Amino acid sequence: MEPINHVAGRAIPFGRKNVDTDVIIPAHWLKTITREGLGEGAFEAVKKEPGNVFTDPEFAGAPILIAGDNFGCGSSREHAAWALLDMGVTCVIAPSFSDIFSGNAFKNGILTVALPQEAIDRLMEVARTDPIDIDLETQTVTTPFQDRFTFDIDPFRKHCLENGLDEVGLTMAQADAIGAHEAKAKVDLPFLARTPATVN
Amino acid sequence: MTTNPRTLYQKIWDAHVVDTRDDGTCLIYIDRHIVHEVTSPQAFEGLRAAGRTVRRPDLTLAVPDHNLPTTARRDAQGNVLPIADPQSATQLAALRQNAPEFGIRYIDATDREQGIVHVVGPEQGFSLPGATIVCGDSHTACHGGIGALAFGIGTTEVEHVLATQTLLLKQSKTMEVRVEGKLGAGVTPKDVILHVIGVIGTAGGTGYVIEYRGNVFEEMSIEGRLTVCNMSIEGGARAGLVAPDEKTFEYLKGRPYTPTGEDWDKAVAWWTSLATDEGASFDKSVSIRAEDIQPTVTWGTSPEDVSGIGGVVPAPEDFADASKRDAVKVSLDYMGLTPGTKLTDVAVENVFIGSCTNSRIEDIRAAAEVLKGRKKANNVKWAIVVPGSGLVKEQAEAEGLDKIITDAGLEWREPGCSACLAMNPDKVPPGERCASTSNRNFTGRQGPGSRTHLMSPAMAAAAAVTGKLTDVRELVG
Repeated sequence: MEPINHVAGRAIPFGRKNVDTDVIIPAHWLKTITREGLGEGAFEAVKKEPGNVFTDPEFAGAPILIAGDNFGCGSSREHAAWALLDMGVTCVIAPSFSDIFSGNAFKNGILTVALPQEAIDRLMEVARTDPIDIDLETQTVTTPFQDRFTFDIDPFRKHCLENGLDEVGLTMAQADAIGAHEAKAKVDLPFLARTPATVN
Repeated sequence: MTTNPRTLYQKIWDAHVVDTRDDGTCLIYIDRHIVHEVTSPQAFEGLRAAGRTVRRPDLTLAVPDHNLPTTARRDAQGNVLPIADPQSATQLAALRQNAPEFGIRYIDATDREQGIVHVVGPEQGFSLPGATIVCGDSHTACHGGIGALAFGIGTTEVEHVLATQTLLLKQSKTMEVRVEGKLGAGVTPKDVILHVIGVIGTAGGTGYVIEYRGNVFEEMSIEGRLTVCNMSIEGGARAGLVAPDEKTFEYLKGRPYTPTGEDWDKAVAWWTSLATDEGASFDKSVSIRAEDIQPTVTWGTSPEDVSGIGGVVPAPEDFADASKRDAVKVSLDYMGLTPGTKLTDVAVENVFIGSCTNSRIEDIRAAAEVLKGRKKANNVKWAIVVPGSGLVKEQAEAEGLDKIITDAGLEWREPGCSACLAMNPDKVPPGERCASTSNRNFTGRQGPGSRTHLMSPAMAAAAAVTGKLTDVRELVG
């Protein structure tokens, strides 16, 4: 995973609320066995709307996406995060995110920044013409017009994002604790600890 | 362990904590992992690339469901038919290869036990009360119907669970959704959950795990509880739960993966102890009167866009929130609906009865009850009934339900996810409407340009018969 410390550049002023992962990447794009190439299918239906921000050359390759409340709701497909990465987006700013999407984004090195709606409104305005700057270290979003918004982030997530850490590897280092839990469960909750074919 | 009164969710959580970090993040043990073909290939690829193995293949079950065509899987000679779509075929083949390579149990598309993962899990007794269950599919919330803490995960998390049998999680907040009173005639579990989502909104449960409480859920069948918990995610909640009770134990006893003998007795004792303690508090409580719930349909492109069937298509101005007004405008345009139109005047060209929400035997029975002795309306061009598993299909056929369905002019198909998300050939054509028992009415969900109205199996069957959205109570009294 690529470490992420700073994201700066143009931001796609999408702004829409309740953007579900079917909108981010429709189901017919999920028939892949790799993580690459999904940018083409990203926001497929939106791209057909006249005047949409995704086909506007002004925002081509922009690393930031600004959206409305409840971004990434619906299906758990991680393809939504892969599609964003493939179109070059490494930071999404919205008032709120669905739980599953924010987890998937984090696990792929995409920074999700939650800011109040007033801040989003202001950034949407700025994004039309100017770049936006996100600094993970100081947890701030700034604009060329002296706007400055601070955001919260889980310290563990921040640490992993800044260092590009692989969560699977981190957890595998805790094999002893996992083994101890399994040994205890075998005694306390044997019906959960095994399935019938593995009895004995 | 605390002696304070705890909720069902807290009790299951506490029993699965492997490690707690200073910031409150916990390493949670996963008891059951179900894998399907769409969200797993990249996870297996990740394991291979890192030279990792599956920690507990015995707690993992692989079943294909999303891509499978629902037409015949074998020819008249019994030979397995190829999958026409090359990408679907590749994904299905990847699961068929990955499962044995990593030592995972696998149910094949041609096995009688095959079905939608969320139908198969409880049906096989693989899903158990008090267990932590995950799958790379947001409707994993479904298994909460038997009292499991079950939720959907992304592919990187699938890889994490395969490698470590754990997940890093923060404890969710708890929400109680209490429905009490007496449900009216024609009001099914699907109507209950659609109504609940209408009340709390699609983001209302974000950050929460819902526990469904009150006499309505206590009296509900296990299959009904599975339907309710299934759509918790449409209310934003990653998981939904109903406390396991005698009905749950009765449902699970004797299923292939259900514990037996001493293990069973021990299990029942523990499961019984899981119910939320008297005095335990929830972070949020919602209370709904059963009498307020009507047979319900959706009119828009968000599952919160619900109305009793007696209602009309709303106008954007009916909504106080400005961004919701804009969303309603866009969604009515997409749906081709005019404010003020009576919902019962909305004609449908397609009917889909199936999905992990509504494809179990009680759902098929409810549809058949409405279809019995009736015919599909002429304006309904495409109407399919897709059982949730091969075993549901066998049961329905043993009861003669397939005959009732085909006599009415609907098609009786092979099990799979089908037109719920249209990854297989079952799609609703652009601009056409579908009365659907699935769980999402999102833009393009049932195929590009498709217009979905969510409802119960009985209501979908009624729509098939009349050719428009219909109050099922007018057909079945």
